[in-house]
Amino acid sequence: MERMFLLGDEAVAQGALDSGISGAYAYPGTPSTEILEYVQRIAPASIHSRWSTNEKTALEAALGMSYAGKRALVSMKHVGLNVAADPFINAAISGANGGLLVAVADDPSMHSSQNEQDSRFYADFAGVPCLEPSDPQEAYDMAGYGFELSERYRIPVLVRLVTRLAHSRAPVERKKAREENGLRLPEDSRRFVLLPANARRNYSRLVELQDAFTAASEESRFNRLFPGADRTLGIIAAGLGYAYVRELYPDELPHPLLKLSQYPLPREAVKKLMESCDEVVVIEDGYPFIESRLRGLFGDPRVHGRLDGRLPRIGELTPEAVAAALGIEIKPAFAPGDLVAPRPPALCPGCPHADTFRALKEALGDRGRVFSDIGCYTLAALPPYEAVDTCIEMGASIGMAKGAADAGLHPAVAVIGDSTFTHSGITGLLDCVQEGTPVTVVILDNLTVAMTGGQPSQATDQLESICRGLGVDPDHIRVITPIGPRHEENVQVLREEIDHPGVSVVIARRECVQTAARRARRRAK
Amino acid sequence: MRREIVLAGVGGQGLLTLAAVISRAALDQGLFVKQSEVHGMSQRGGAVESHVRISDRKIHSPVIPKGRADLILAMEPMEGLRHLEYLAPEGAMVANSVPVKNISNYPDEEEILAEIRSLPRHLLLDAVTIAREIGSLRSANIVLLGAGAEFIGLPEGALVRAIEELFGNRKELAEVNLEAFRRGRAAR
Repeated sequence: MERMFLLGDEAVAQGALDSGISGAYAYPGTPSTEILEYVQRIAPASIHSRWSTNEKTALEAALGMSYAGKRALVSMKHVGLNVAADPFINAAISGANGGLLVAVADDPSMHSSQNEQDSRFYADFAGVPCLEPSDPQEAYDMAGYGFELSERYRIPVLVRLVTRLAHSRAPVERKKAREENGLRLPEDSRRFVLLPANARRNYSRLVELQDAFTAASEESRFNRLFPGADRTLGIIAAGLGYAYVRELYPDELPHPLLKLSQYPLPREAVKKLMESCDEVVVIEDGYPFIESRLRGLFGDPRVHGRLDGRLPRIGELTPEAVAAALGIEIKPAFAPGDLVAPRPPALCPGCPHADTFRALKEALGDRGRVFSDIGCYTLAALPPYEAVDTCIEMGASIGMAKGAADAGLHPAVAVIGDSTFTHSGITGLLDCVQEGTPVTVVILDNLTVAMTGGQPSQATDQLESICRGLGVDPDHIRVITPIGPRHEENVQVLREEIDHPGVSVVIARRECVQTAARRARRRAK
Repeated sequence: MRREIVLAGVGGQGLLTLAAVISRAALDQGLFVKQSEVHGMSQRGGAVESHVRISDRKIHSPVIPKGRADLILAMEPMEGLRHLEYLAPEGAMVANSVPVKNISNYPDEEEILAEIRSLPRHLLLDAVTIAREIGSLRSANIVLLGAGAEFIGLPEGALVRAIEELFGNRKELAEVNLEAFRRGRAAR
């Protein structure tokens, strides 16, 4: 079959396409964005591949497609699963109908995230199987296997990726593509009505299924016990951790090794390794998920990993850290010296946000606080702007500004991007409107989802009508153009709205310089 | 056969194109390839890197262990130094000498270049001027590729073919990049 050179993200997408999905759903977020982008590039128009408003609506739509009997892929970054947690946990209770694969890309080391939460806990929490590939080929294969598993047990299946896998490329062998499912509604229609009586019945089915999931892990071709002569130590290597271990021992393994890529944990396989070895070291990316289970509450001293310092407690796995955990030293020959200065990302030259922040800083002077959000504009926290005071998660700007205003802080200004606003800001603004809270919401409308590479924003051409519809006084929905020559005028508008003793919205609208440049290049061709 | 290549630079310098050319050439030779990329922050002028690993045997880790890189191909001199820990004792640094000073605390340029010159195997060239001479500033990355070609361990023809294929849909672009590659080769 055809061999392709794919990112881990792309391999999941190709695997899902070759498994006969009828739709893919997602909200962009590094390092998961390339999954849906790939589907958009490759799939025929009959396969759904538009971006969703947020991860929750994406997962709900995927569940609906599953309800209708078809296969659906939904993808997001790890913190996106927090947003989609409600449908995710409850889809485990209802179960799936057509195959439902939830691909989640974790970001240990927080390359582009605010935490390094580990999605394996979510799979465990929901009680669904979890697959964790060690390379792009496995990511491809697991998509197909995940859909089979999902349909065999009528359960959503989570595929967990990490940044280094999502964003590394390797050759992938394709398999024969499967046809899409036909429309086939669930035989038992009560299963999807989670009234307590039905939910209790479903939940006991889910609990009963756990043994079957564990049995599937025991038999899984993705979990494998390799022999090794030196049994003073056994190695458990999960997901990408396996790749780092094999890097050190490409030929013969000195110690027995259990490769883990499917959860729930295969108890018998783990037991076999633990019983045959004096000690065990657990190599896993993210949190000490496996290790903490093996160590138990009182800390089995035979188990090593992140919790006893054999590996760093935080941050992604690296070849050096894994080598050190196995007693092998990887030494650099050269040191970079003191000359090298950090080069953090910054707002692009000509970025409209820079003009907005300049105006906002001047309008505020020493007064109040600016509650910011997730997007390029978070970079305004850094010099030379130092113009925002908070950044927690998608939508928090408005909610926090409201709470701070409730506490008596004035001015309380929220700054939020157009796409973040539709993702999670609208509900917070409605709270403010209902109480007439004195906050000013500055919507930075650059007409795109800029941070993740310029995906279309759901807010384009809709912001004023959304705000009016929520009940914001039309006199206090103002639009400014953030550009140098309009600076004085913009400061004036911002001052007026900050001084307004109720809810005000200032939409700072100018296209992202990156998407504008891309459009100009396309036109020139 | 095994080659470990670190690509370093600043967002917008065409690093991923370089990675794509090298990977394609290696795949064309029937070799195993793994390539890791940094996405996300790249278009905002931050530091970017990519690791390309080539071997005639299966490759496991997506990233190169420190001290093992045969080549650091740097589109920007300070970015080359940033990844110095990856360079093997006998590895080579091939760097564009033109700095990108988009930060206020950029170190003394001469000191940066001197540190590169102090490495046992190094090549500094002004890829920007060469690219400008052939009328395609955006081809500076391919100039650098030409300069570093001998350390990549692949037949020159494979790299040339990969350039032709990658820019194949636009003939002038393919030609100017082949010229960039040749000029880089000659700059050694």
